[in-house]
Amino acid sequence: MNAFGILQFGAYLPRLRLERSAIAEATGWAAGLRGGKAKGARSYCAWDEDSLTMAVEAARDCLSGRDRGEVAALTFASTTHPFADRNNAGVVADALDLRPALRTLDSAGHQRAGVSAMLDAVRTARSGAGTTLVVAAESRAAKPASEQESRFGHGAAAVLIGTGPDLAAEWIGDATLRADFVDHFRTAEAETDYAYEERWVRDEGYLALMPQTIKAALGAIESAVVKHLVVQGPQRFATAVAKASGIAATAVIDDLHAECGDTGVAHPLLLLGAALERAQAGDIVVVASFGQGCDAIVLRATGRKASQGRGCAGAVASGVPNREYLRFLSNSGVVAIDWGMRAERDNRTAQPAAWRRHRDVTAFVGGRCRKCDTVQYPLARACVNPACREFDTQVPEPLAEKAGRIKTFTEDWLAVTRSPPHVYGNVELEGGGNVFIEFTDTRPGESSVGLPVRFVFRVKDYDVLRGFHRYFWKAVPVRN
Amino acid sequence: MATGIKDKVAILGMGCSRFGERWDASPDDLMVEAFAEAIADAGIERDRIEAAWLGVFYQEQGVARSGLPLSLALRLPNVPVTRVENLCATGSEALRGAVYAVAAGAADIALAFGVEKLKDTGFAGLPERTKGTFDDLWQPGFTPPGAFAQLGAAYAARHGLPMADVKRAMAHVSWKSHENAVHSPKAHLRNRITIDQALAAPMVAYPLGLYDCCGVSDGAACAIVTTPAIAASLGKRDMVTVKALALAPSNGVEMGHASWDGGHTLTTRIAAQRAYKEAGISDPSREINLMEVHDCFSITELVLMEDLGFSAHGRAVHDILDGRYDRDGAVPCQTDGGLKCFGHPVGASGLRMAYEIYTQLLGRAGERQLASPSLGLTHNLGGIPNRNVASVSVLGLHRGQ
Repeated sequence: MNAFGILQFGAYLPRLRLERSAIAEATGWAAGLRGGKAKGARSYCAWDEDSLTMAVEAARDCLSGRDRGEVAALTFASTTHPFADRNNAGVVADALDLRPALRTLDSAGHQRAGVSAMLDAVRTARSGAGTTLVVAAESRAAKPASEQESRFGHGAAAVLIGTGPDLAAEWIGDATLRADFVDHFRTAEAETDYAYEERWVRDEGYLALMPQTIKAALGAIESAVVKHLVVQGPQRFATAVAKASGIAATAVIDDLHAECGDTGVAHPLLLLGAALERAQAGDIVVVASFGQGCDAIVLRATGRKASQGRGCAGAVASGVPNREYLRFLSNSGVVAIDWGMRAERDNRTAQPAAWRRHRDVTAFVGGRCRKCDTVQYPLARACVNPACREFDTQVPEPLAEKAGRIKTFTEDWLAVTRSPPHVYGNVELEGGGNVFIEFTDTRPGESSVGLPVRFVFRVKDYDVLRGFHRYFWKAVPVRN
Repeated sequence: MATGIKDKVAILGMGCSRFGERWDASPDDLMVEAFAEAIADAGIERDRIEAAWLGVFYQEQGVARSGLPLSLALRLPNVPVTRVENLCATGSEALRGAVYAVAAGAADIALAFGVEKLKDTGFAGLPERTKGTFDDLWQPGFTPPGAFAQLGAAYAARHGLPMADVKRAMAHVSWKSHENAVHSPKAHLRNRITIDQALAAPMVAYPLGLYDCCGVSDGAACAIVTTPAIAASLGKRDMVTVKALALAPSNGVEMGHASWDGGHTLTTRIAAQRAYKEAGISDPSREINLMEVHDCFSITELVLMEDLGFSAHGRAVHDILDGRYDRDGAVPCQTDGGLKCFGHPVGASGLRMAYEIYTQLLGRAGERQLASPSLGLTHNLGGIPNRNVASVSVLGLHRGQ
């Protein structure tokens, strides 16, 4: 019988990490007793990031070194999809330039949306319907001075689920328990959560529902042999669940509260990545997800590296701590900064043109001239090489994964951006080609001619009149 | 075979409004102000004008589309008026239309007009403008200073120069234009600045500081053109004739091909070579006595000195600091203050440049008059360094018998 399970893992956390002491400093006067836990930092989206852009970055990381043609389905799990009625998974698939005959599904509505999607994905694989990319991303908002503001983080994680000789973790079993237990909720109209008393959530929620689900998933396997336990929730809850389940306290995977905070739907996947990074061949790994019930998954590590890219450790290490609470509020949309008259520009998207060129823009695919081999962006009817200029010789050339070097740049303090200065310039692509493009996640003074860059998927423009926003790729300095 | 435009068309009269923040003036006021001067200079009746070309770029700003605004403002006798637009080369494009009409024999006397009313919306700076349905999806949301600032880092890197040296030359460019504008009564910015002030100014778009950027101004300028024979018959003795009109738009190479180094304006080089050929100029540095170039930003003027062939590659910084392009230098540049200080009402700028050359060639430049110049150059760069329209025109003194 074929083995099924996790082929590969990927993660993404925004570079921005707000030190919780900065939140406490800004909100302490209002938070009172709630202002106590001010350790570590929480991750938060740059102005041009959202759940969808983070999902793309985690998915790219997950697919590092793999042939994307093997992906037959993509599920994008989140409670913060940017669009309520537009296939968010479809945008992710477009950005990854996956095949058109791809099943794309948004999994939403509760905190188990990511792990439940994994359960479906393994069933898909077993049925012979192919490999599924499950990507989970979350960018939950929170009220200023709330407990969630400090506890939450923004981030994404992805797992590729299927079969084959190169599994990183074999799927041993799973179990599900549904329970309309309302520890917190967010209505369709609300921006932020409403949460109930933690002690009740712990005793009647976590401790009553999770151990029995974990036991069901383990089946004949003794709980004592579990080497790594991921529990979606605060560390003290996880420790209590481990104890109640007969799993060693040392098996509990750290909840990354200090590094990034609780990334919601993405978090159990992110912590699974952390577990796989430390697992030895043969180790039993349990992932238990919580949200209106419990999903539990039992995996056995094969010894093959789950992450071929940055992984969880790399995502954690990519952070740069800062203390800019007002920037955090601005990026979260809580505070509306006055960006001046230039920001009044109408960013209406011409959908017929956008659809016609959607592969150029969303997947960042340019052209390569069959006659002279010149790479160019955008693909055009006539070749841009002054020595060629032939008509209709270009074939699509994916550019998103290419390396580049800065040819020209500026740091523009006049142009509209929600993170001045607006940095942009010409980038010379490895293997030829030149693209005039925005930069992001770049500090003033960091850019220089010749600096190596890579490309990331980001929000290009917000159309505040219509609530739409459009995506494109941007250059970021290559950092080790 | 085409014989070129050299000496086929003469300028009968020119006018230029005062440039600046003309809160007092409507587009009509600016047009009438420039036209009144030109028609008096030409010494003809308004109804002798047989065709007109109107250059306006930012129609969003209230001058409006089509040829109508000029016909209405001047109450022209229903002669054809064609509206043209070619980015910052718009004024030069209007001149091309009128000059070619005369050269073709389609009109004996034609009018070229450029006007821009930028200061009527309460918005500081050039208006934000859509780049079209597709380009908006991927091109950076750039500003003009940011787009031109790109030249700075690339030029410095290409020639291995410290940015501090390039910045000092840029400051000299702006300082020189401020010095010249003091003697230019219609200029927008007529104050003196120091090099240190320019260097210490707040950063707008690295490496461009505030004093590296030209003014945003209202203004209008125009030319009435005819054949040299008709000009002579109207009593003109010394006259200014058109020696060359060259235009070169980008075809995508700069933005899309690795061959562009980011530190020069490719189209200027092409347009300059065409213009020199048409005018019969073999050594511009020796033959051209003054120039008005598109100094939208100091770095632009710096690289243009090489692109137009006045400085050797990599030598512009040294030549500028040596004073080569100062009013008392070998080839004075921007004797009226340039875009930097005379101002930059986009559609009018090309004609404003021609106005200064015309004024200098006829010895009417007052305090800033150069010693008997006979050949002058104007240059526009419309758009941004990696996608633009360059225009190079040469005007010369044609001495009467």
